[in-house]
Amino acid sequence: MLGLFFLGVSLALREGRISPTELCKKCLNRIKKTQHLNAYITVTEESALKQAQQSEVRLLKGPLDGIPFAVKDNFCTKNIKTTCASKMLKDYTPPYNATVVQKLLDQGAVLMGKANLDEFAMGAGCTDGAFGPVKNPWSYAAPYREQTGAMLESDWAITGGSSGGSAAAVASLTSYLALGSDTGGSTRNPGALCGVVALKPTYGLLSRHGLIPLVNSMDVPGIMARSVNDAAIVLGILQGLDVRDSTTVPAPSPLTELPQDFDVKNICVGIPKEYHAPGLSEETLAQWSRVADLFERAGAQVKQVSLPHTQYSIVCYHVLCHAEVASNMARFDGLEYGHRSQIDSSTEVMYASTRHEGFNDVVRGRILSGNYFLLKQNYQHYFVKAQKVRRLIADDFRNVFGSGVDVLLTPTTLSDAACYQDFTQEDNRTRSAQEDVFTQPANMAGLPAVSVPTALSRRGLPIGLQLIGPALHDKKLLSVAQWIEQRVGFPSISDWDYSRERSAHIH
Amino acid sequence: MAAFCVAASELLHNMKQISGFYPKASCVIRRIRTTNPRCDSQIQPRAKSTPQQLVGVVGLEIHAQINSSTKLFSGSSVRFSAPPNSLVSFFDASLPGTLPVLNRRCVEAAVMTGLALNCNINRKSLFDRKHYFYADLPAGYQITQQRQPVAVDGTLTYSLLEGKKRSQVIRKNVHIKQIQLEQDSGKSLHDDVHSQTLIDLNRAGVGLMELVMEPDMSCGEEAAAAVRELQLILQALGTCQGNMSEGQLRVDANVSVHRPGEPLGVRTEVKNINSVRYLARAIDYEIQRQIGILQRGGTVQNETRAYDSKSGETIPMRDKEGLQDYRFMPEPNLPPLIVYEDNASLPAGIDACQAVVVQKIKEGLPELPSIKRDRLVQTYGILPEHSFTLVNEDGLVEYFEAVLMATKKEPRKVIGWVTNELLGHLKQQDLSVSQSPISPPALAELLELQETGHISSSVAKQVFQKMWRSPGKTAAQITQEHDLGLVSDTAQLHSICQKVVDSHPDEVHAIRNGNKKVLNKLMGLVQKETKGRADPVLVRKILQEKTS
Repeated sequence: MLGLFFLGVSLALREGRISPTELCKKCLNRIKKTQHLNAYITVTEESALKQAQQSEVRLLKGPLDGIPFAVKDNFCTKNIKTTCASKMLKDYTPPYNATVVQKLLDQGAVLMGKANLDEFAMGAGCTDGAFGPVKNPWSYAAPYREQTGAMLESDWAITGGSSGGSAAAVASLTSYLALGSDTGGSTRNPGALCGVVALKPTYGLLSRHGLIPLVNSMDVPGIMARSVNDAAIVLGILQGLDVRDSTTVPAPSPLTELPQDFDVKNICVGIPKEYHAPGLSEETLAQWSRVADLFERAGAQVKQVSLPHTQYSIVCYHVLCHAEVASNMARFDGLEYGHRSQIDSSTEVMYASTRHEGFNDVVRGRILSGNYFLLKQNYQHYFVKAQKVRRLIADDFRNVFGSGVDVLLTPTTLSDAACYQDFTQEDNRTRSAQEDVFTQPANMAGLPAVSVPTALSRRGLPIGLQLIGPALHDKKLLSVAQWIEQRVGFPSISDWDYSRERSAHIH
Repeated sequence: MAAFCVAASELLHNMKQISGFYPKASCVIRRIRTTNPRCDSQIQPRAKSTPQQLVGVVGLEIHAQINSSTKLFSGSSVRFSAPPNSLVSFFDASLPGTLPVLNRRCVEAAVMTGLALNCNINRKSLFDRKHYFYADLPAGYQITQQRQPVAVDGTLTYSLLEGKKRSQVIRKNVHIKQIQLEQDSGKSLHDDVHSQTLIDLNRAGVGLMELVMEPDMSCGEEAAAAVRELQLILQALGTCQGNMSEGQLRVDANVSVHRPGEPLGVRTEVKNINSVRYLARAIDYEIQRQIGILQRGGTVQNETRAYDSKSGETIPMRDKEGLQDYRFMPEPNLPPLIVYEDNASLPAGIDACQAVVVQKIKEGLPELPSIKRDRLVQTYGILPEHSFTLVNEDGLVEYFEAVLMATKKEPRKVIGWVTNELLGHLKQQDLSVSQSPISPPALAELLELQETGHISSSVAKQVFQKMWRSPGKTAAQITQEHDLGLVSDTAQLHSICQKVVDSHPDEVHAIRNGNKKVLNKLMGLVQKETKGRADPVLVRKILQEKTS
């Protein structure tokens, strides 16, 4: 039951094969069993059971009613701690729900808990949060353990980030879907590494109200699910104008279930040559080729395209990201909410010590460099220049889509998930630059992108591929993604009971 | 007790960019009488021959709180002196995840103000973040319009009353560089006893229009007249209540001195000015101070100074530590602010009710004070200075016109009653026109009694005072009760006149010798006897008979 797509569970709920409370308890039980993954910062057991109960007494009203879900801990949840995996907000309880959270609750979905992340979503590994790293569920499943001969507890792989907790929650079958946030790839990256579908919708299609921002001009709530169709249904529910977010746009169409027999014959798939980047693993490249071939064999037009400014994207992304981070983090001064330092000999001293104690090195580093970029004497040289290049990057995409390309097919990440010990050899900045290389251009341009799991690597870890589409063509993008999904035969983690495997390996 | 602290607003004002306010074009040559800070607004022909004279140069930065029921980017109410932190939304407290939502009313107010000040309205304007840490700025930045404000390049025309009787009206212009929308900050309440600071966020996020006036003024009186005119315009528009003492209108003055033809001098910024009167005094003090320094061979420091209304002096303010860099950045959560020329230019799918349409606002512009004054002078034949008095007082024009509706008395005779008797009494008791105990019809009735000869003009003034003290009683009632009607009984007047003539032989002698003016003295004595009730025409006739 837990391994099903939520549509399957939804059917089971309606047919009375399982009750919302039973389902909720199963998931809570699963959360306890997989506690070692550290996927959740807060498990909302009590309120989840209450919501499931309410779902039970109510006539099930829609596909999400009674469905357990997880929310990245940078979305505000009313009366439930929202920490951003930071000491700064360790005990912060918001008085309101983020719009996207409220929409899911309104559909009767059952909130299981708040998912772990890199502090303030700054990271690509989910290794830099105040509550510890998240472990990739696949690194406890049989394929990985058998094929890598991993014996030790410390041999686990990272989930990717920053929405690693959300990805792990969905991958470990403790939630049917999860909200992540995607600023430079934070939803797609862990989605790819944990083998779940990860959608970053068009910028503005989903409300950011209640999402604690990283980069306002790039942040998009992300959707993680076990199938493309599940993601599409959630998108249909979450999309649209929100009066509380002035950057939202009206949904181009009501989005229900995707067509099951989508024909790719009339589709033109672009393969951007710049994404054949140094560091791209052989296996990921092989998957990329494999899926491109699938398209070609099905009659789609597959052609190489160029996005000439791609190489500058990651640098500009960092300048813009750090500048907005510097600005967005200014509110955390310990006065209205959050951590407040005991050292308070003057207001200025209190600010400084509060921020020093509350933020980790990564956050403080970005604040410092961001403020540097915004200084009067540097503004033109860094911020304005980066904005100009951002425009060029967006133009690259526009040109390609204008030339008849419907979707771009790229890898999501360079390779499968790194082992934690290897990943932490490099600092956060270097890792972010490496890991976000394929994902952040879509954020720079505000385009929809989705990562679809395609295969397990030789190490037994998931590999995902990314599709990027033109703005507001999210539905078409998902239709193509589903076409891939139907053909690649990615295995379900429930094919192996990985938690038992784990106990077998630990002595 | 926690003392009210103005640091917050000062801080806001401090933030303004210093460079670039002074246009390169040379200024009109003005002369300052060093003994009298009042400036000559007329160009002095002699000034050209004395170019060594130092003159003042004044520019203004004005923060006008937008008269709106809700804040600029949130739905919280706006109210003066509400209980602390009772008008604070999640956004105002900068709770993480909250986003600004622009209040259309505030945009319309800024556009309307821009139109009234002859500005160009930018079809597209942008919002920026201006960063600084201060306890009453919860987000750590203020949302303002640094790059592209909503309105630019306007003019304010104001008038100075010159001459001995202030009867000469001189029109002047000051260039408005820009009007930008921005958020107000909260207030800090410093409790020195417990050495703590309390923060009130009721004001945080209230909409402000920042108006930048170019340094086209030369003295306190000009600046005061410009601000007074602006106040009247804002009040006529209803875009700002304009009360300086409540902080709805906050004025900072940039003051420097130079010799005409030479580059502008180093300037100071004067803050903490909470009335138009103090504005004039602060500026004139500052000009004299700077002239004094230069004449002693010193140099003026570029600094921020506060006006101390008790001593009438400006004093240096403790400077913010080091140089502030506000790290401006585009506000990413607000799309560009678009205003449309007319309904025809609205793109498809935009609701005309939701859009800001310049044409619609233009059509709704009320009569502006300068137009109103011209109309009053032309329609009623009153003096220009009277039109200023009428327009300066909220509701007085309406009062005046209401009196005229109910009396046949000439406007030129009514005006004195309104601007002297009525206004004088109101001012004395610090009342507004709407609080007057004497209504326009009641005053009209009184004036009718006088006009038709039922009471003398001196009695009319007595009746006015009695009406003031006993509201509701009509002029006729008071006249009757106190027996104030005109005494026209010839026999009675004869006997009074006789008594006066008998007891003033010298005066009678003078009159008989041809000094007819002395007759007025005798008339005055008769009126004194009758408490001003004697019919003056009759008295004059009787006295003439008796002294001939």
